[in-house]
Amino acid sequence: MATGIYLDFEKPVIELEKRIDEMREFASDENLELTREIRLLEHKLKKLRQDTFSQLTRWQRIQLARHPMRPCADEYIELIIDDYIALHGDRGFADDKAMIGGLGRIDDKPVLILGQQKGRTTKQKLLHNFGMCHPEGYRKAMRLMNLADRFGRPVVILIDTPGAFPGIEAEERGQAEAIAQNIRDMAALSVPVVCLIIGEGASGGALGVGIGDRVLMLENSWYSVISPEGCAAILWKDHPTPVQKAPEAAEALRPTAQDLKEFGIIDEILPEPLGGAHRNPEEQAKTIKRALLTHLGELSALPPAELQQRRHRKYREIGHFAE
Amino acid sequence: MEWFRKKKEPLVRQTKKEIPDGLWTKCKSCGEVIYGRELEQRLWVCPACGYHFRIRYNQYIELLLDDGKLEEFDASLTSRDPLNFKDRISYTERIRKSQAKTGLKDAIVCGIGRIGGRTISFGVMDFAFVGGSMGSVVGEKVARAIERSLERKIPLVLVCCSGGARMQEGIFSLMQMAKTGVLLSELKAERIPYIAVLTNPTTAGVTASYASLGDVIIAEPHAQLGFAGPRVIRQTIGQELPEGFQSSEFFLEHGFLDAVCPRRDLRHTVSLLIEYLCGPTSGVHETLKAPAPES
Ligand SMILES: [Zn+2]
Repeated sequence: MATGIYLDFEKPVIELEKRIDEMREFASDENLELTREIRLLEHKLKKLRQDTFSQLTRWQRIQLARHPMRPCADEYIELIIDDYIALHGDRGFADDKAMIGGLGRIDDKPVLILGQQKGRTTKQKLLHNFGMCHPEGYRKAMRLMNLADRFGRPVVILIDTPGAFPGIEAEERGQAEAIAQNIRDMAALSVPVVCLIIGEGASGGALGVGIGDRVLMLENSWYSVISPEGCAAILWKDHPTPVQKAPEAAEALRPTAQDLKEFGIIDEILPEPLGGAHRNPEEQAKTIKRALLTHLGELSALPPAELQQRRHRKYREIGHFAE
Repeated sequence: MEWFRKKKEPLVRQTKKEIPDGLWTKCKSCGEVIYGRELEQRLWVCPACGYHFRIRYNQYIELLLDDGKLEEFDASLTSRDPLNFKDRISYTERIRKSQAKTGLKDAIVCGIGRIGGRTISFGVMDFAFVGGSMGSVVGEKVARAIERSLERKIPLVLVCCSGGARMQEGIFSLMQMAKTGVLLSELKAERIPYIAVLTNPTTAGVTASYASLGDVIIAEPHAQLGFAGPRVIRQTIGQELPEGFQSSEFFLEHGFLDAVCPRRDLRHTVSLLIEYLCGPTSGVHETLKAPAPES
């Protein structure tokens, strides 16, 4: 089924899948009756899948969130949105290809959809800057959200970024200011906003398009104030290769969808196909579409003023302190 | 050996802490040795090169507010440990130690003060407390400072000094950027002025939230300002960073600051700005609020 690249902990599952496929082929080629053997192996595979994927560590989930085969924003847009028209540019500097978006229909209802686009092949990754936006990406997103706001169209945002791009030009063009403006101005939108983290939600890079009435996460995605690698580099700065400590940092940061649901930060975890979204992108897209329709339906019933008020109250109340 | 140590020790300690408290202090930037009292008179600015030593929250209160007085609010707010975070020491222990060291409960002090006779909601961060990092307490106190501005219709002044969001509170820290940003959208809608004063350093999560959202943003000279850390940028692009990168002057040059303002002019500048934005009398609204747009 899944071909190509796989993670270490996926290996036994993938190998067993291959063996079953081979046996099936062999049976049909040689016209042999191997149904019983195959069924036994399939039973074993089912159990192995359960064992492997039902109790993933935080680090394993992060690896799935970054899986080389994981569907990118554009694939979900393709599968979920009808008659999509991509819109480009921030009207000031450039078109940031790490931020894609446009208008389309979800089940006949017009929406604005935005997504941080990582790209799958090396060429695509370079084109989309690995999903790391420059300031113009955040400004492009805000421009389009304001467009949706003016014409009363709900906004859907697919978040997937290893971080806002850290570079000289990004600083020169005001990376911090772009993110800050988006946070403030997304709060003031009068249309429903649903954010979904489909892979990585790294810090300000994600939050810059992350203020929503509902924030959802795919089962194997992560969202935190810093990446595990960044955290490890700070905590183990005397270690020769702090990156090796990333799994430990991941445990400490508690960045998974399950952690954030427990903290009350996100509204819903969307299940992934067993083994991860990449094992069945179509099924994943269906799950996403269903959830988006539910949330957009609920939110669209609210008057704009109340929508905004609820959004403000939701963020106002986040914090953990003693008084 | 004795005389050598005595002479050398305060220098080492001061450059590390960056707060001159001994008799003589060596300028971190130009090496000039400055007499303590003179440095104090010059508001901890090097007379030779203009380097601004980092100062504490109480010094900014004295420097900026009428009679050096702040009526403090929310002083008892203390961090909890939502992640049960442990590095070399536990987060709880880190907070406790920093509280003992700084005499503060967290990295910001907020309240009501007056500047040029006008009542303002005021907040000042202190780098001495876990690098001025923003966790739930800083976020909450900034949020309440904004709410005081909203309720009393008084201008907001925040003196920022922070390395960014506090990693040990994970997603909760990140969400403080959201919380403060959301409240600032209300301040914007109400047309209540907010002056952000950036000091050395103001970076990462704080720059990417309330520090960049002032109606007017000013900074002390030569402060380090920016989003990503220099180490991360260097690693990503694989080259050295240009001279003066991510400084106040760099921010000004690229259009992200209204003005660079030396410390001795801060009080006057902030006071004037508030006057210009609020009108000469007290009460923001009667004089300030623009007529509703005709529809
Ligand atoms: Zn000097």
